[in-house]
Amino acid sequence: MEPRKKILVTGAAGALAKKVIENLKKEYKIVAIDFRTKVDLGIPVESYKIDYNKRLFEDIFREHQFEGIIHLGRISAQEMNRFSRYNANVIGTRKLFDLALKYNVPKVLVLSTYFVYGASAYNPSLLDETTPLKASELTMDLVDSVELENLSTIYLYKHPELNITILRPCNIAGPGVRNTFSLLLSEKRSPVLWGFSPLMQFIHIDDMRDAICTAFEKNIPGIYNIAPGDYIGFQDAIKAAGSTPISIPSIPPKLTESISRFLKWKSFPPYLINYFKYPVIIDGSLFEKTFNFLPKKTLSDIFNYYKSLK
Amino acid sequence: MAQKKTSLLSKILDDNKLQDYINVFPNSVGSYGYDAWGFNIRNMKNNMRLIKYLYEDYFHAEAFGLENIPKNGRCLIIANHSGQLPFDGSFVGYAMLTNPHGPRAPKAMMERFIPSVPFIGNWLNSLGSVIGDPVNCERMLEKEEAVIVFPEGVRGSNKLYKLRYQLQRFGNGFMHLAMKHDTPIIPVGIVGMEESIRSYADIKPLAKLLGMPVAPLVIPYFFKSKVYIHFGKPMYFKNDIHKETDIKHRVDMVKAAIDELLQEGLAMRTAYLEAQKEIKK
Repeated sequence: MEPRKKILVTGAAGALAKKVIENLKKEYKIVAIDFRTKVDLGIPVESYKIDYNKRLFEDIFREHQFEGIIHLGRISAQEMNRFSRYNANVIGTRKLFDLALKYNVPKVLVLSTYFVYGASAYNPSLLDETTPLKASELTMDLVDSVELENLSTIYLYKHPELNITILRPCNIAGPGVRNTFSLLLSEKRSPVLWGFSPLMQFIHIDDMRDAICTAFEKNIPGIYNIAPGDYIGFQDAIKAAGSTPISIPSIPPKLTESISRFLKWKSFPPYLINYFKYPVIIDGSLFEKTFNFLPKKTLSDIFNYYKSLK
Repeated sequence: MAQKKTSLLSKILDDNKLQDYINVFPNSVGSYGYDAWGFNIRNMKNNMRLIKYLYEDYFHAEAFGLENIPKNGRCLIIANHSGQLPFDGSFVGYAMLTNPHGPRAPKAMMERFIPSVPFIGNWLNSLGSVIGDPVNCERMLEKEEAVIVFPEGVRGSNKLYKLRYQLQRFGNGFMHLAMKHDTPIIPVGIVGMEESIRSYADIKPLAKLLGMPVAPLVIPYFFKSKVYIHFGKPMYFKNDIHKETDIKHRVDMVKAAIDELLQEGLAMRTAYLEAQKEIKK
């Protein structure tokens, strides 16, 4: 019997990574790593707490011959300051790519985010993958997300042997997800901006897991948005999830920012205020056609889950 | 209770034949009634009552040349812009939705700053207004939609009252799109909206503070004014020139056609006002 192929999954402590690992562990031998903590994922999965920027990280590559890397690890703004985050997310990813090159890893999947497009009043709808990434124009706190994308794109074209796939999903939501908008859906009272209800897209964590596994297995290098062709206004989403919208003054913009800083509301950070105002609707059709992928869960499935928690 | 309200509203819409028009609405919407541009079928149905009231009862609007609007297929509705708030777009939309020759629900391209105005941006968005970006317009034309464009943009909608009925500079974007996508242009002249909300000055420091392109000094009141909307004959332009100066020439042809329709509307309104005076005497 042929030994199972090994893959490296980063960001193992996150809910999405756990789902991906669970899905792939029958087929692959998984080595799971995380910046923050050593995660107990059961016996067949080797798990490490490791800093990608430390020399020790290379030992993992020396010890295992990886068939692929699924890079889901990302330090969020709530976890570290801007400088440390840049080091972890951008410099750390460069280290990961360099090691992948050195140890001949034939495929790498990178999880990005739709945040990189930036929320602006001037955004047209259905942004495709060629749209310029303007998030860093809005806030320094998203520079690391944009830089991580740029770095991945450089490696995608400079080193085609890495077969890099970059995924830019819309809001991921569902059990265990702790990103900003899923936190808002799970709260009893959620901040909304007075007079604004931007159109949004949500993908269920199970569909996102399937999208990652499909893209990894089929490995067609490139950059892909991932978003269902169904939409909802933010305030309607909050209500559909059983939460009560709390209106925060929206003009002048500086007042909104001050309120956000003063409240220190984890799910209403000042650097994401524009995302509470303007839509960032992405076109997921390229991914759907290329990978013959359609999400199975509906918006109602997502909101009913959050409603059931209250 | 909410169900009861909706039923009552539906009944009112049925009585006024609006529901029949809305039923032929061509937009495809998702599970919560939204399309990719923020149009929301539920909000549209609810808000159409207000538009209907403003159009029919408050401004006594009348539309002419509705037979010039293609019953289906892509088209660009090019109109003059005025009135500070973009109700002119809603009125053209209402006239097209209730067109006896073939109702259509157009999308309207709105000024780029409008999404940054609380409530108004979202409200117009839910009625089918879309940020005036060529990418949006191209995608909608590819879907065979009728798209309303105001080439004057904010120069027209937020001009001062003293400049009423003076067409401001037209952008060339709509002509490029019409030529590239082989789309007929329907020129439209709107008379009456210029007087609805009157701006006497632009308070630039306030605009800067609020993060908006203009802060008009207005009397916060909808002045009653008889509204005339004239739809002109379709204009066709081949995709056969490449110099911007030639494009400008074609843009000026459309502008001249709109000006002609405006003069027609103004003449009708003068006659209407004189007749009203006679009645009062």
